[in-house]
Amino acid sequence: MVDLSVSLGGIRLQNPVIPASGTFGFGHEFASYYDLNRLGAVCLKGTTLHPRFGNETPRIAEAPAGMINAVGLQNPGVDAVLQKEVPALRKVYAGPVIANIGGFSVEEYAACCEKADRCPGIDIIELNISCPNVHGGGMSFGASAKDAETVVKAVRKACRKPLFVKLSPNVTDIAEIARACEAAGADGISLINTLLAMRIDITKRKPVLANVTGGLSGPAVFPVALRMVWQVYKAVNIPIMGMGGVSCAEDAVEMLLAGATAVQVGAAGLKNPFACLEIIDGLPPLMEKLGVTKLSDLVGAAHQSY
Amino acid sequence: MNKGIYSIENTRQLAKNTFLTRLAGDTSAFCAPGQFINIALDGFFLRRPLSVCDWDGEGLTVIYKTVGKGTKALANLPAGTKLDVLTGLGNGFSVETSGLRPLLIGGGAGVPPLYGLAKRLIGKGARPVVILGFNTAEEVFFEKEFAALDCDVTVATVDGSYGKKGLVTDVLPQGTTYFYACGPEPMLKAVYDRADTSGQLSFERRMGCGFGACMGCTCRTKYGAKLICKDGPVLEKEAVVW
Ligand SMILES: Cc1cc2nc3c(=O)[nH]c(=O)nc-3n(C[C@H](O)[C@H](O)[C@H](O)COP(=O)(O)OP(=O)(O)OC[C@H]3O[C@@H](n4cnc5c(N)ncnc54)[C@H](O)[C@@H]3O)c2cc1C
Ligand SMILES: Cc1cc2nc3c(=O)[nH]c(=O)nc-3n(C[C@H](O)[C@H](O)[C@H](O)COP(=O)(O)O)c2cc1C
Ligand code: FES
Repeated sequence: MVDLSVSLGGIRLQNPVIPASGTFGFGHEFASYYDLNRLGAVCLKGTTLHPRFGNETPRIAEAPAGMINAVGLQNPGVDAVLQKEVPALRKVYAGPVIANIGGFSVEEYAACCEKADRCPGIDIIELNISCPNVHGGGMSFGASAKDAETVVKAVRKACRKPLFVKLSPNVTDIAEIARACEAAGADGISLINTLLAMRIDITKRKPVLANVTGGLSGPAVFPVALRMVWQVYKAVNIPIMGMGGVSCAEDAVEMLLAGATAVQVGAAGLKNPFACLEIIDGLPPLMEKLGVTKLSDLVGAAHQSY
Repeated sequence: MNKGIYSIENTRQLAKNTFLTRLAGDTSAFCAPGQFINIALDGFFLRRPLSVCDWDGEGLTVIYKTVGKGTKALANLPAGTKLDVLTGLGNGFSVETSGLRPLLIGGGAGVPPLYGLAKRLIGKGARPVVILGFNTAEEVFFEKEFAALDCDVTVATVDGSYGKKGLVTDVLPQGTTYFYACGPEPMLKAVYDRADTSGQLSFERRMGCGFGACMGCTCRTKYGAKLICKDGPVLEKEAVVW
């Protein structure tokens, strides 16, 4: 028997495969597809203090080996998520739940995380710092080490649960930002969020997305994500959730080797609603082939002589 | 929702840039006409959503316009090709409220789901009146098929090269009990504005998943934000906001 379990900030996951935020609703919607209890954890749709409609449509565009989305954090607001969605998920799922929190000011992030922290149905908080900072001129909090540190410090005070900070890849030095988050008290790092991208309709001579730009994800970004996980693993001593294009068990193992303790699966699960299950089922035979009995032994294993 | 492997039985051209493909495979996930399928195609990341035109115990048909690379690739696949398809997506049309003389209005690529709808309305004793709108004669398809079901069919073309000249809203009949509409959004809006009965309209959105996971296909309604792929594609007239 192979051991697939991993530990994230003191929380045990039976396997490292997690549907990524924004690509699995609030989880309970998919309980009729398969037993959600087979997942390593469930990561909820990005949640903000106030309800948001999100961007106008079209919100989706295609890309070579991937997709671009500009959903714009549509969600019913943290109170509705904690009062309706989390209890609905808890009726069908007993494993770890990750709340993904977005915000547009330090105060908003802190208030939202404080509420999530008090909710017994939530185990881990993932702070999405890719949102634009409305008080800081619209640049994302994740774009500078200083802003990242400010928001993580404030949120750290407001929450006791394991706190993962989700980084944007649209930066020049991801390692510096990860170090700032660690210094500010983060228990882990999640990466990557989507890469800023766009498409133009050549007959209409107009951008495809109503929002003009959106975020690229899917297999196209996998090598970029892997490189960033590699760099962050070198820079910090806290666990990493790796994501960006993970589509099969081999990709998951590659992410672990680069330094991720767990993986999140986004775009692949939108194309194939059973992608997470297939990755989980693919791990034991792959481990056997690779001569591995304990999956967590692979975390960061590619770094040994570098 | 069902995810399965479906095999192309045949594909034939119906009109200019318009193809019908029959897929063999499990159809148990369908519960209403107007539901759709989402087809994975080699070389394309996103699946292509297409309304189910009709289905039976052995398979289903779709009719589609070749508007871009994906639909062109689909039309060119040989019989026997195996496709990864999600079926039984969306809510579909409800036939419960139709009355005896429902009006079915289809524009171009919006015509296909009305065929399966017409069959099921007839099955419960209604006698549908069908209006099919196209741009021009060479795009017209399925007039005979609707007539063979014993529907009253009127075809309208924008340039007058076939049937009546004008838009579907120029040829609306009197005395119908309800309406069902599927087609381009400007057509749906015109139908909505002119309709004097209650009805249902089928909408399109670009989709990231087709099964309610990504919130890519959101639409404003009188009852809040709805997902076209899951709460739709069919919305009741009373819910629609433009
Ligand atoms: C619920 C639903 C039912 C549909 N039923 C039919 C049908 O029965 N017959 C038919 O001819 N067409 C139908 N369409 C439209 C059909 O999905 C598009 O024409 C098709 O996806 C175009 O793909 P492409 O690769 O040829 O075009 P491209 O323009 O190259 O496609 C690029 C991307 O945009 C998406 N896209 C382009 N046009 C549309 C559109 N109108 N709606 C949604 N996504 C689009 C594609 O899926 C793809 O992701 C339906 C759409 C929806 C949402
Ligand atoms: C449709 C869609 C919605 C997303 N929504 C969120 C979100 O609400 N919060 C967040 O932190 N990331 C969000 N993401 C980013 C994903 O969680 C993930 O970081 C990214 O897509 C890379 O993984 P992938 O290539 O496997 O999709 C979203 C991605 C997609 C495709
Ligand atoms: S297309 Fe993903 S939620 Fe509708």
